[in-house]
Order: sequence, then C-alpha cells, then structure tokens
Amino acid sequence: MTKPRTMLEIAGLEKSFGEVQVLKSIDLKVQEGELVFVIGPSGSGKSTMLRCCNRLEEPTSGSIFIDGQRITDIPHRDLDRMRLKVGMVFQGFNLYPQMSVLKNVMLAQVKALKRSKAEAEARALEMLDQVGLKHKAGAMPAELSGGQQQRVAIARALALDPQVMLFDEPTSALDPELVGSVLKVMKGLREKGMTMLVVSHEMQFAREAADRVVFMDQGYVAEQGTPEEIFGAPKSERLKTFLSRVSHGDVEAEAD
Amino acid sequence: MDTFIQTFFNIDIMMQAFPLLMKGAVMTLKLCAVVILCGLTGGLMLALAALSPRRFLRWSAIGFIDLFRALPPLVLLVFVYSGLPFAGIRLAPFWAVVIAFFLNNSAYFAEVFRAGINAVPKGQTEAARATGLSGPQTLIHVVLPQAIRNVLPDLLSNTVEVVKLTSLASVVSLSELLYNANMARSVTYNSSPLVLAAGMYLVLLWPLVRVVSRYQRGLSSSH
Amino acid sequence: MRFLETFFNGQVILNYLPDLVHAMGVTLGLAAATIVTGILCGAALACLRVAGLKVVNFFIIVFADIMRALPPLVLIMILFFGMSSLGLNLSGWTVIYIVLSLVLAAFSEEIFWGGLTSIPAGQWEAGRATGLSRAQTLFHITFPQAARRGIPPLVNRVLATTKLTALGSVIGVKEILSVSSSAQSFSGSATPLTMAAIAYLIIFIPAVILSHWIERRYHFAT
Ligand SMILES: Nc1ncnc2c1ncn2[C@@H]1O[C@H](COP(=O)(O)OP(=O)(O)O)[C@@H](O)[C@H]1O
Ligand SMILES: [Mg+2]
Repeated sequence: MTKPRTMLEIAGLEKSFGEVQVLKSIDLKVQEGELVFVIGPSGSGKSTMLRCCNRLEEPTSGSIFIDGQRITDIPHRDLDRMRLKVGMVFQGFNLYPQMSVLKNVMLAQVKALKRSKAEAEARALEMLDQVGLKHKAGAMPAELSGGQQQRVAIARALALDPQVMLFDEPTSALDPELVGSVLKVMKGLREKGMTMLVVSHEMQFAREAADRVVFMDQGYVAEQGTPEEIFGAPKSERLKTFLSRVSHGDVEAEAD
Repeated sequence: MDTFIQTFFNIDIMMQAFPLLMKGAVMTLKLCAVVILCGLTGGLMLALAALSPRRFLRWSAIGFIDLFRALPPLVLLVFVYSGLPFAGIRLAPFWAVVIAFFLNNSAYFAEVFRAGINAVPKGQTEAARATGLSGPQTLIHVVLPQAIRNVLPDLLSNTVEVVKLTSLASVVSLSELLYNANMARSVTYNSSPLVLAAGMYLVLLWPLVRVVSRYQRGLSSSH
Repeated sequence: MRFLETFFNGQVILNYLPDLVHAMGVTLGLAAATIVTGILCGAALACLRVAGLKVVNFFIIVFADIMRALPPLVLIMILFFGMSSLGLNLSGWTVIYIVLSLVLAAFSEEIFWGGLTSIPAGQWEAGRATGLSRAQTLFHITFPQAARRGIPPLVNRVLATTKLTALGSVIGVKEILSVSSSAQSFSGSATPLTMAAIAYLIIFIPAVILSHWIERRYHFAT
C-alpha cells in the first residue's frame, strides 16, 4: 500500500481585498479520492478560498499545489492549462444560455483541450449520461430545472478530466426537492474516486459522504476532523453555535 | 504637421470667427428650445393616442409615428422648405425647420414615451382607479411619473439627437452655429471655424453624452 | 387638382424615374457599406476595451463620446473641406462613408460594451474555470450574449445612421435626396421631392416595421 497522494494542498494562504483581509493563513490538504467538506458562516471566506484554488482570485500570499505542482506562481499564460485540471461547480450554475446543453459541455473540450468535435461530443454524451441527462443534450439551459442545470454544469467540468473538483454551494440555489439529484451525482463521483473539495451546508450529506469536515470562521480554518468529530463533538463555541443555527435552517444568519 | 495645424487649428482665424459663431450658437440654442418643447409635447400626445383604446385614433397615431420615423429629417426639411412653396406655402427658414423637426422629433419622442408607459405595470392603473381616481388623474399622478422615470435616459439621449439635428438647419440657410461656421470657412478659405464649431457642440453635448452613458450603464448593471 | 399637378406630375415622374432608381442604388450601397464597417469596428472596439488597457480604453471612450456628441454634418464638412485644403481630395461618397461608419462604430461600441458589462461575472468565471482563455471566453461566451442584448438598440441606431446618408446631398453625392433636389430645380416642380419621400419610404418603412418586430422579440434590455 503506497502512501496516498496529496492532490490539493493549501499552505499559508492569505487573501485581502484592499484593506480587508478575508483569508488569514489557511492550511488544508486533500488526499487523492478524498471528499473534504467545508462549512462555516456566510462571509467566512469559503468561496474565496475555493476560487484561489484555480486562481479565479489571486492569492495575496501562500502556496497552493495541485497534484504536487505549485500553481500559485505559474505565469498567466499557463493558467488556462492549469484550470483544466481543476473542475469547478458554481452556486449559480453559470451555464451558457445561448448554447445547447451539449454545446455547453463540448466548448472547452474543443477550444481549450483541443479535442476533435467528434471526440468532444462522445465525451460530452458520456458525461451527460453519467449525470442522468443524456436525453437533454439538445435542450437549451433555460428549458431545464435548476437541478438539471447544475448536473449539466458538473458534466461540463467532468468532461475535461479534472484531477480535483471544487464545489461552491452547488445546491443552495436549488428548490429542496431538486437537491437530491445533484447530491446523488456527487456521491457517484466520490465512489469513482474523484478528489473533491465541497463547500455546502447539506449536513446530512456531509455525514454520509465526507471523509473530513473543515469549519471555517473569520478567515481561518477553525476546526477540522471526521464528520463524527465535527458534528458529534464540536470543540469551539463558534462551531457549536453555527451547528445549532444550521440545524434550525438559519445558515445565513451570521453573515456580517 | 504644420499645414495640418494651419488648416484645422488656426487660432487667429478662430478668434476672428468667434463672434459670428457665438451668434450662431445663440440661434442654435433658441432653435433647440423650440424644437425640443414641440417634440416633447407632440411626442406625449402621440404616445397617448397610440395607446388609446379607440382604434381609429390608435392606428392614425401609429401610422404617423412610423411614417416620420422612416423619413430622413433632412428630406422632411427640404420638402417643407422647398416643396411647400409650390403649394403656395412659403415659410421662413426658422419655421420650416421647426415644422420639419416637429414631425420627426415627435415621432421619436412618442416611441420613447410609449415604451415608458407600457413598462408601468397594469396593477398601478387598477390600484389608482380602485381608489377612485379618474382616468386623466391616474395618468397624470400615477402612470406618467413612473413612465418618465423608466425612460429618462432615452429621453435624454433623444434630446442629444435633437440638438445635433438642428445643425441640418444650415442646409436651408438658417444662420445657426454650423451655417455661420461654414460661412466663416468659405470667407477665410480655412477649416478652423468648423473645428471651433465642433468644439462648441462638444461643450454643449459632451456632458449630456456622459450622463446618458453613466445612466444606461447603471440601469443595465442592475439587471 | 392643382395639388396633384404640383406634387404628382406624371410626366415629371416618368422623366426622372430612372435617375431616381439609380440614386436609390447609391443610397442602399452607401448604407450597406456603412452598416458593415460601423458594426464591425464597434464590435472590435468593445472587445478591445475588455482587455482593460488603461490608455487604450481612454482613447476608445473619448472617440465614442466625441462621435456621439458631434453632429455628423459638422464632421462631414470638416473632413470634406479640410482634407481638400490639405491637398487630399476625398470624394463626397468617401467622406459620408467614413463619417457615418465612425459614428455607427461609436454607437455600436457603446451598445456592445453596455451588453458586455451586463453579462453576469459567472459567465466569465465559468469560461475561465474550464480552461478557456480570456479571448476564447469573450468570443464564444460573453460577446454573443452581449450582441444579443444589443440587438434592439443597435437596429434603431442602424436605422438612424443610414437615414443620415441623405446628408450626402450637401456635398454632392448622387443619392436620393440630391438627385431629386436637382431634378426639382430643373423641372420647376415639387414632384421629384415627393418621389424622394416615396423612395425613402420604400426603403425605410420595412426597416421600421422590422425594428418593431425585433423590439417585441427581444423586449428585454434596451
Ligand atoms: N471581489 C471582492 N471584493 C471585495 N470583497 C470581497 C470580494 N469577494 C469577497 N469579498 C468579501 O470577502 C468575504 C468572504 O467572502 P466569501 O469568500 O464569499 O465568503 P463565503 O463564501 O464564506 O460566504 C466577505 O466579507 C466578502 O464581502
Ligand atoms: Mg460563498
């Protein structure tokens, strides 16, 4: 048994917007095939951390490694290639409204990965099949439900064969009855061994599927551990308060 | 380079032409005031007619609007100024311009007002009528204020277009800004007076264009 | 009766119809050339502005502002008379084509740019996150959406600009208005002016109706 590979490593990550320091020295490792869950009050910097991992935000200092390669100092012209290795799923789906579902999934394959049209189409259909939406390939995004749109967005990221997938509250824009279909796809991904870093408040899902849970607060990783540790025996007061609020369905309450 | 400056930015000639151009600018402003007022009033009337439930009124208004939106303003002007005398109607340049641009502008302003009124939710009228306001009262106190707020940027950009349009009056020898500048050009054999006139138009219109840009940007980013 | 004789004189119509049909061709050609050049330049400038180069953007904004603020006839006269005193004799057609293209470029740059700024940031991010370059994201994802949003105001602006081809009559371009004006003075009848009006209506009434239809279809975002 070889030592597991570290797929994503965040070391001493700091990020400021102007005067405001949003991330204050974050350290986090995600092993190959691991699903790490990030929870924390709104405004604690979860999205910012995730967006630093593919450099949609430029870190102020610190390092991030993807599969051992430091991505925080690669030049801008190589960013696009790096981003192919890091899939990202957004809260608001961000499907391209003017293109069919199939075209959405094909675009980056053809333009960034330089796959042939035929190859990209085959791969797109395969991925759409994986998220249960092959029959919607010809539809336009506006014709889909939120849950379906989010699954297409997942397929769009997966089609590029990323090594890590980042999810930023993938279900929080969805009606409750549609959440399950997206979580099911994510569970399937985990069983296939995908490395995932997930920001979400689906605590039930975290209990079932997460290897580790990270609690972020005010720009720090305040606490981390197995789901049992975090949910069963929270140490800090802040985490206890947060969990009790979430269980009352009051996630956004602590936004400042 | 030197001839370029001599041709377009000859300060001496500009100084000489300045009083004449100022006179023209005053005429331009006078023309603007009359034309904009007529255009706004006519446009509002036309818009109300175009939204009227009476079919004949509605279709006449729509026909009028489309007809005068389709004709280039200069064609209208030439027609009014050189065509109407054949029918025994001889107009001074100023009034020819006012009439021609009234026809053109009211059609454009009508379109703007119509869009604004259409964008006011039906519920507003219903609420006003339900509280006992009459039709005209509803229009004046409830619908129009909202309609105008809806289309303020378009009204403003239309106004900019009207001011630019008044330069066409030079074609019928009305001694407004451009006409006087062109006169100065033909006397001095030098284009600097035209450049000076351009500068004057910019002083008047650049701020408005900025405001329009800012306004439209603000609206679109709030979507 | 006298009214008909003055404005719809059959003999005059027959005499000048061929000239006028030819002039319609000139107007349409000028309009087409202007539309293509103006919109392409406007789109290119808006895309260039996305690159965010401060100096370049400054010049684009100043260009767009000036072209939108100045009456086109002023520009036409400056170019027509000024260039000839520099020894560069531009034909009337060329002057109108240049000025109207610049004006349309300025307006369409603003329309496209307004569209681009209204595209949600998530569209850019989705493109960039899937490894597309900035140019690719612009070209395949955001610009097509911006262009769609810009269609209604763009159609109106195209109409307004092409109607300005009538300004050609001031510097001797043989388009509809100038041909009919000179016919009017030769024939001593107002009929050619009526013919001009009808010629413009033939061209622009369908365009106005089309613009209503487009406005209804893309009723969002003006
Ligand atoms: N582009 C930005 N400019 C300025 N402040 C920002 C920006 N993005 C995020 N922030 C601020 O950073 C903090 C953390 O935001 P975010 O990472 O979105 O938190 P979370 O995802 O945990 O809710 C918030 O206070 C937010 O206002
Ligand atoms: Mg967030």
